[in-house]
Amino acid sequence: MKDKIRIASGSGFWGDLQSIPLQQVTKGQIDYLMMDFLAEVTMSIMQKQKKRNPAAGYAKDLIQIMKDLLPYIAEKNIKVITNGGGANPMGCVEEIVKCAHKQGIKGLKIGVVTGDDILDSLDDLLKHGAGLDNMESGQHIKDVKERLISANVYFGARPIVEALKKGAQIIITGRTTDTSLTYAPMIHEFKWAWDDWDKLAAGVIAGHILECGGQASGGNFLSDWKSVPDLAHIGFPIAEAYPNGEIVITKHENTGGMVSVDTVSEQLMYEIGDPTNYITPECVADFTSIKLEQLEKDRVRVYGIKGKPATDLFKVSMAYNDGYTAIGSLTYSWPDALEKAKKADEILRTRLSDLGLKFDEIRTEFLGVNACHGPLALKQDEINEVVLRIGVRSNHHHDVEAFAKEIAPLILTGPPSVTGFAGGRPKPNEVIAYWPALMPKKLVKPEVQIVEL
Amino acid sequence: MKIKLIDIAHGRSGDKGDAANVGIIAYDDKGYEIIKQHLTVERVKKHFEGICFGKVERFEMPNIRALNFLLLNTLGGGGTVSLKHDAQGKTLAAALLRMEIEI
Repeated sequence: MKDKIRIASGSGFWGDLQSIPLQQVTKGQIDYLMMDFLAEVTMSIMQKQKKRNPAAGYAKDLIQIMKDLLPYIAEKNIKVITNGGGANPMGCVEEIVKCAHKQGIKGLKIGVVTGDDILDSLDDLLKHGAGLDNMESGQHIKDVKERLISANVYFGARPIVEALKKGAQIIITGRTTDTSLTYAPMIHEFKWAWDDWDKLAAGVIAGHILECGGQASGGNFLSDWKSVPDLAHIGFPIAEAYPNGEIVITKHENTGGMVSVDTVSEQLMYEIGDPTNYITPECVADFTSIKLEQLEKDRVRVYGIKGKPATDLFKVSMAYNDGYTAIGSLTYSWPDALEKAKKADEILRTRLSDLGLKFDEIRTEFLGVNACHGPLALKQDEINEVVLRIGVRSNHHHDVEAFAKEIAPLILTGPPSVTGFAGGRPKPNEVIAYWPALMPKKLVKPEVQIVEL
Repeated sequence: MKIKLIDIAHGRSGDKGDAANVGIIAYDDKGYEIIKQHLTVERVKKHFEGICFGKVERFEMPNIRALNFLLLNTLGGGGTVSLKHDAQGKTLAAALLRMEIEI
């Protein structure tokens, strides 16, 4: 057994810095590279792409990234684990295989994890007691069932560990949890038992620290942000894991950013609810047990972690069509910038009402004045410019489109010194609403296939 | 004496559906005692008047000297439903740090 393994974060979301994966592989020693591509509604966007083109539906960026990585995977014996397969893991793997052939790379095993997509088997699952009511609002599944675009189970580390056991060096999954991409290698390498809750929880917490990429190594750092060195060349976090469940968070030398107790603490707080019950498919982690210690520059020890038994439910992420929105903006300058923007808003609302248009919501914000902090914002007597931002939402595409046509006319028929309409008429966007739910684990099973190059 | 929360703490915020999570981390033990005492559910709810339209839940994390707040009904529906510029509540940790506390 190895005495430690190093797992590097290569991506915090679909659209993150493209140069990072290669940097993580070439700037120092690592054993595993994990890349998270999936946010809450990403699966539905990918599902839509797949509907238009059966070969699409995965994180396209991943293909270029894999082209860069392929020559190093065998040479450095690095394993790559990502959920960028999205709605079409096999389609993604086929594309990677083509790249590998072109590069003359042979002898690699690619693991493919599927089975998370339950959209086509919903009726059957519901008959068997899947439940699937909205776990936040309590709303019944029948209210949205006909409008669903995607429905995916969040699998955990089990199928990834299975693929690793079968010798996979690249693992492409559909909807697996962000954290599982980090702790699956620990379970595999250190032979942790599936009921060793404290160790599993330690792995989960390492995963939580890594899953947002640069957010743990100096990015979006609200403390002394000016002190973070060289963000232009930020190094993404690396989890150094030990068999006893201790973790050290670090990053490669000669990269920017920083890893400190404060940067790690901020990431620990990100998007959590009850810190004593951080629920994952493999265990429930207790964030109030985490201890942090700065060992040296850019090395933070994470230890003392406690976990509890897993629940018998999987989380399911679903998305459904819920009308349309459009958002337009105009910029007004001194003098009386805010007054002009408010007048323009009033004129626009009168015109929308004269046209008989109906919206579920019309929202006006004044960027530069109070959009982010509302009533808490500083009161300033004189500002140089303000952006009027106005958005509408409706189930009627026509009404949203009609709203979009009313923005530009304000330039010639509203208050003066107005600009900022270079982007043209705003386009109605389809609203994809999120529907989180739970279902019994026994109703669904992940599938693991191995493709050999 | 009046102190600014931003001088004794930092934090991070994000979205959980239509709820925002706001984590506030004190720089030292003394700071943690102050936030634990003063950042009550009622005080935070009042601070976010006009922003948070639901319940405020509060969780203590003494191990990292932090408090986590869940602000329900805050993000205008959340995700792609929301018409808010900050639909994910990313600036709300800074909004809470604007608070001034009398000690």
